[in-house]
Amino acid sequence: MSANNASDLPTVSDRLAKNAMRHASERIIEMLLFAAAAVSVLTTVGIVYVLVSESINFFQNVSIVDFLTDTQWTPLFDDAHFGIMVLVSGTVVSSAVALAVAIPMGTVIAIYLSEFAKPRLREVAKPVLELLGGIPTIVFGYFALLMVTPLLQKIFPELPGFSLLSAGLVMGIMIVPYIASLSEDAMRAVPMSLREGSYAMGATKLYTAIHVVVPAAFSGLAASYILAISRAVGETMILAVAAGMQPNLTWNPTEPAATITSYIVQVALGDLPHGSIGYQTIFAAGLTLILITLCFNILGQWLRRKFRENY
Amino acid sequence: MQIHDQPALKAEARNLNFFYGEAKALKNINMPIYDKKVTALIGPSGCGKSTYLRSFNRMHDLYPGNRYEGEIRFYPDNTNLLSPEVDPIEVRMRVGMVFQKPNPFPKSIYENVAYGLRVRGENNKRVLDDKVEQALKGGALWDEVKDRLNELASNLSGGQQQRLCIARALATDPELLLFDEPTSALDPIATGAIEELVHELKKRVTILIVTHNMQQAARVSDYTAYMYLGEMIEFGKTDEIFIKPNDKRTEDYITGRMG
Repeated sequence: MSANNASDLPTVSDRLAKNAMRHASERIIEMLLFAAAAVSVLTTVGIVYVLVSESINFFQNVSIVDFLTDTQWTPLFDDAHFGIMVLVSGTVVSSAVALAVAIPMGTVIAIYLSEFAKPRLREVAKPVLELLGGIPTIVFGYFALLMVTPLLQKIFPELPGFSLLSAGLVMGIMIVPYIASLSEDAMRAVPMSLREGSYAMGATKLYTAIHVVVPAAFSGLAASYILAISRAVGETMILAVAAGMQPNLTWNPTEPAATITSYIVQVALGDLPHGSIGYQTIFAAGLTLILITLCFNILGQWLRRKFRENY
Repeated sequence: MQIHDQPALKAEARNLNFFYGEAKALKNINMPIYDKKVTALIGPSGCGKSTYLRSFNRMHDLYPGNRYEGEIRFYPDNTNLLSPEVDPIEVRMRVGMVFQKPNPFPKSIYENVAYGLRVRGENNKRVLDDKVEQALKGGALWDEVKDRLNELASNLSGGQQQRLCIARALATDPELLLFDEPTSALDPIATGAIEELVHELKKRVTILIVTHNMQQAARVSDYTAYMYLGEMIEFGKTDEIFIKPNDKRTEDYITGRMG
């Protein structure tokens, strides 16, 4: 008798069949979502494909050894040299200047906002700070060229009209909001119980901030620094406007120099024939740029995992 | 009005009121804390026992809108811990605290214990080594961690972390040690270890412990206070409170008819 009753009941597949319509619409939505996700992945793949394939053409004409070791970058001259280090040096110096400004300043601002500022002040200060991050970088570029450089020339009279120093300083100011905002989020996520533990030991606010909150939030701070490095390395307009565009192998921030990004702008806006060796250089330079930022992203991921705290 | 067989006073709440903004959380509490004794605070959730405990190291000063009225006298120097002229940092230098959930800092085992000493400006390696060892022995943790003092404290088990937090508090030789439900996040074995430790510690430090667990209060404390809705209902020797409470409300709570 029990077998009889069981056959009258709807089986599992019957019940699912009633929902066939729902399943169909579910699948359409799933496919739409997948398509949306696929677009961004495919775009990335496409960018990498173009860069790599054009770079392969480039490296058939120029050896990788020359590319990495030559001390001149004169792809448009008759006597062409393709030493990427010339552009890398400009990128490294300008980024170092920017980070020397942005990391200390951003971290201090974050500590202040997270640990010391009254809630009302924080509510006002943080959006204003983030507004700074929304200013178009071309504006920062002219700020560097027309305000900061003349000011710096009052201190260093020999400073030329274009310099990595001036562009780097302004780039640092541009990056400060990113570091401050992300670091502040990381520090505020540190549970109150850790702070209370420190205060209960008789520690001051500053001691607690430096010795407990900052180490506890370190993975978040590291992530913000890495993001800042990627921003600095990839920044274009400020350097194109204020750092000068002549290729110059230098580690001295008071000199003008081209960076990888400003070189790409310069060539992309020029009238080089498609497929010429000069034209291909921008893909080799772009590939170098992507590899640099990729390294930092991997480093950032690794730091995050290594220092992630389980509260 | 000191009765002859009573031990010396370590602290005493006098007409203590406390406000979270407008809300009155403690109502006119008067209570002695005896020197080198364990005093347990029991009562249902929200009765104000943690609020009361956290007044002793001015934890409430960390948050805006909190207000004390009355006094907590601290002996032998008869300081009023709640006086606005008294720096809360000075208070916390003398009154240690162990929290409900173990909260080791993101540092090594060694640096966790040395934390309070470094806060007090001690940087001599030999003094630190010595005091860290003493504190870890005091926290009954030395034998388990002596070979891995430089490992991160977060690698320890929950019970070990809590004993580390006790060692951290002990390292600075506090006069009064506050325990805020120290075993509520621990398993029975770790709880037993902490209770044994509390028993051992009262030889050298006065202890005030908040607990939800009445058996625990009965096991570890010499004196017990029952609190209800921000009021101190009854205070007395633990034996007397548990065997023959004077107040009907205390009896109801202890026998499980309420709470």
